[in-house]
Amino acid sequence: MSDARDIVEVRQLEKVYHVGKVDVPALRGVDLNVKAGEFLSIIGPSGSGKSTLFHIIGGLTPPTSGGVRVDGSDLAAMSDAERTRMRRRTVGFVFQKFNLLPNLTARDNIAVARHIAGMDRKPDPQFEEILRLLGIASRLDHKPNALSGGEQQRIAIARAIVNHPAILLADEPTGNLDTENSKAVLEILRDLNERLGQTVLMITHNPEAAAYGHHTVHMRDGRITERT
Amino acid sequence: MTGKLVWENLKHRPMRTLLSNLVIGVQVTLILTLVGLSHGMIDDATRRAQGVGADIVVRPPGTAAIGLSGAPLNQRIVDGFFAKQPHVQLAVGVENQQVESVFLGLTGVDLSRFSQMSGGLSYLSGGPFQGPNDVIVDDYYADQHRVRVGQQIQLLNSLWRVTGIFEGGKLAHIIVPLSTLQEKTSNTGKISLVYLKLDDPANTAAVVKSLKEHLPDYSILSMQDLTALYNVNNIPLLSGFIAVVIGVGVVIGFLVVSLSMYMAVLQRTREIGILKSLGASKGFILRIIWVEALALGLGGTLLGIVMSFGAWWLIDAFVPIPVEIVTAWWPIAGIITLAGASLGALYPGLRAAEHDPIEALAYE
Repeated sequence: MSDARDIVEVRQLEKVYHVGKVDVPALRGVDLNVKAGEFLSIIGPSGSGKSTLFHIIGGLTPPTSGGVRVDGSDLAAMSDAERTRMRRRTVGFVFQKFNLLPNLTARDNIAVARHIAGMDRKPDPQFEEILRLLGIASRLDHKPNALSGGEQQRIAIARAIVNHPAILLADEPTGNLDTENSKAVLEILRDLNERLGQTVLMITHNPEAAAYGHHTVHMRDGRITERT
Repeated sequence: MTGKLVWENLKHRPMRTLLSNLVIGVQVTLILTLVGLSHGMIDDATRRAQGVGADIVVRPPGTAAIGLSGAPLNQRIVDGFFAKQPHVQLAVGVENQQVESVFLGLTGVDLSRFSQMSGGLSYLSGGPFQGPNDVIVDDYYADQHRVRVGQQIQLLNSLWRVTGIFEGGKLAHIIVPLSTLQEKTSNTGKISLVYLKLDDPANTAAVVKSLKEHLPDYSILSMQDLTALYNVNNIPLLSGFIAVVIGVGVVIGFLVVSLSMYMAVLQRTREIGILKSLGASKGFILRIIWVEALALGLGGTLLGIVMSFGAWWLIDAFVPIPVEIVTAWWPIAGIITLAGASLGALYPGLRAAEHDPIEALAYE
């Protein structure tokens, strides 16, 4: 993996939120490189800027200054519409609150991601294998309210990787799960990384969860303080 | 997939969907019923005019196509002038009055003369007048008012004895002796209009031309031209009234859909954020809102069409007004509703499309 190319390159990244007349700096000059196939954990207290970094790398919001390249694309130079297009196939999100569409079945939640990306509704054969790996093949015709938290998060993971994104961004993926389901989800993320070479960036408060990654980046006050 | 998203959204909040459809449906029913009434009234007037059997009708100056009431013509003009014109075989003067409503006409006529012109009335029960205060009514009126032969009915503040019930479609719903009507309405010796029957219908144009030279201010029309005048635009205020009702329909459709979709966008803020995180464009979000609004409009249109049958049945059963189901207006009412729904979806749709994905995902 040490010879792998950098799939995420962040240089002197700054982000300032304007709250009323007050400027609130969320990131204060972050430098970060993530190699293709790496599983990187980002850990830090609330307000350290890890979610903001996650949102910028995921193309959900533009940086105030600095450079961000994801899979060769310069996000800082992208328009809102270009970042929207980038999100379709380059990144996949897994959120703490699962964020499945409540009116659709698990299968349709996955299908909608393919539809938005302009791909066939039916996933490819490799994805069927992933569904078996996730252990949710028999739960696909249920709506989220009929699924446990662990099942919902596995569906969310399936949706995030159905378009084979360059990076999987997981924001506190175990934050709403019990210990058993947390362990299962973390093992799934590690399996995806090891078996499929999926690049994973995971934000967490939990050092035990962070330990599933190859490396851990520590953040505080909008800066990276340590990389282990 | 857009269709599935929309369908599942509509199913997810069935009461909202039902109420939206119902309110939109009411305005569709309103439009269809009004159009049905105007068409029913016009077709009814056309049938009656054709049933008279005349070739020409002569009306006093300044007369509207439908709704003539009163008696401004001198009755002596019938025999003293019209009956003596070349090719005129028979001239019949009648007095028209409206009773109960503008839609229910009563006509005073010399029944023997009218029978010569029209070929006679077809009686379902009873027969012609036997005395001055007798009345004959058509089957429509008899059904509406549950009238039987021999019964007395109140008309124009007088009691009349029903001597016959005839098959409708000629002249008016209610027919009374001309002289009695003239007396009761203080129009002795006066009539509303004159019907002329010619020796040969082929002479109609020539006779009309000749009469116009003698009576330049009068409305002199062949029956064909008269019935051609029977359309919405020739009925005072009706076309304007229909336009107002359609305008109200568009506004109702707009407001209902706008409010409904605005609430839906608020309730689904987080879902919009999810779609945006997956890479949904503003156009995709706008399309979902728009298609959902169109679905509400379409459902409302279908419900409105169904309810218009109910309105038709109610009017037919309880109100003495001719009403029709005008299927040609179903797509027009649909287009009006969908236009209102599209406009109504615009602001909520744009608002949804402009949502910041991070704020939307954080929405509780």
